[in-house]
Amino acid sequence: MDSLVNLFITAVFVENLALSFFLGMCTFLAISKKIETAFGLGIAVIVVQTLTVPINNLIYRFLLRDGALDWAGLSSVDLSFLGFVSYIGVIAAMVQILEMFLDRFVPALYHALGIFLPLITVNCAILGGTLFMVERDYTFAESVTYGLGSGFGWALAITAMAGVREKLKYSDVPDGLQGLGITFISAGLMALGFMAFSGIRL
Amino acid sequence: MAYPVRKILFSPVVDNNPIILQVLGICSALAVTTKLSTALTMSIALTLVVACSGMAISLIRHHIPTNIRIIVQMTIIASMVIVVDQFLRAFAYELSKELSVFVGLIITNCIVMGRAEAFAMKNPPWPSFLDGFGNGLGFSVILLTVGTIRELFGSGSLLGYTILPLARDGGWYVPNGLLLLPPSAFFLIGLIIWAVRSWKKAQVEKAEFRIREMRQPTETA
Repeated sequence: MDSLVNLFITAVFVENLALSFFLGMCTFLAISKKIETAFGLGIAVIVVQTLTVPINNLIYRFLLRDGALDWAGLSSVDLSFLGFVSYIGVIAAMVQILEMFLDRFVPALYHALGIFLPLITVNCAILGGTLFMVERDYTFAESVTYGLGSGFGWALAITAMAGVREKLKYSDVPDGLQGLGITFISAGLMALGFMAFSGIRL
Repeated sequence: MAYPVRKILFSPVVDNNPIILQVLGICSALAVTTKLSTALTMSIALTLVVACSGMAISLIRHHIPTNIRIIVQMTIIASMVIVVDQFLRAFAYELSKELSVFVGLIITNCIVMGRAEAFAMKNPPWPSFLDGFGNGLGFSVILLTVGTIRELFGSGSLLGYTILPLARDGGWYVPNGLLLLPPSAFFLIGLIIWAVRSWKKAQVEKAEFRIREMRQPTETA
């Protein structure tokens, strides 16, 4: 249990997907102009991440890994090269199912998150979370924790960034830095701040 | 029908750069630039994937049903990336370890999807190939610039060869440790954007909110 809590904290702060691995940067920069939209997208990422990382974990452990097909009597088959196609397929399918499920059963949530769901398929943070899970060989319990934690960390980062940008539009920025330039630099400063969690190693 | 080859190929390098103007593909751009060698590998891999996937998607563009085009494009791109990944594992294992998940992340790299959607779905194969190649070049230029600055001033070497002898090895150069940390990539790209936009004024974004000039308080009767 202790190690799971540790993993969660690490995934949220120390190994924040957005600010220390730069995953999901395209959406991070494009959708962070307003706090409400950023928050909505953040929630959608948490949900999708918590679902896809464990599912991909099962697929990896019982279908793709070297010797994973032992239960089917095919112990010499190694399908790990099919990883990328399967993971992205699972993500695209999950997003689609989630969208239909919300539309049918929780229309209020669907209207709040609906526009963000298609964006999430191509969000590197989601695929990145899965790939990190595979690379680090997490167990199922760890993968649930990691999915939840990394999604939460990403949501935290984009909401904070939106807060900074809402204030930033009132500041007098040099012409060339206007918009994208100053956003990059403030994201850099935030990333520096997040490094404090791991203790800066210079 | 002749296509403006030079225009398709070179306009993404400066005028319409995928990273600094279209804001695509930043995800994997920043994390692999600590060293020039990883940046170089990433640039070559991405350029190949964009160009080839552009061509492949453009070849079958009349047969893809619109509703499922994203999945079809994803599958094509993912297959290309698998080839690149297996190639790297076979011939450059060390590099592929260093790049870790970022080779796989080319799949969700917005440049690849963006160009497939915006250009390859509407144009014949050859221009799509050129467009992909040009965008790959634009991506590479930024990646290599950032990679060079970070490796040269962060660890005093280029591609592993010592250029600036380090103080701790008896040289004179005290390396700037900040450049090896992730945030420095943000600062460098921000500064590159500033430099390019000061040169190409047309790219400057309009401010959403202008502070009004201070006016002298006037006497009111």
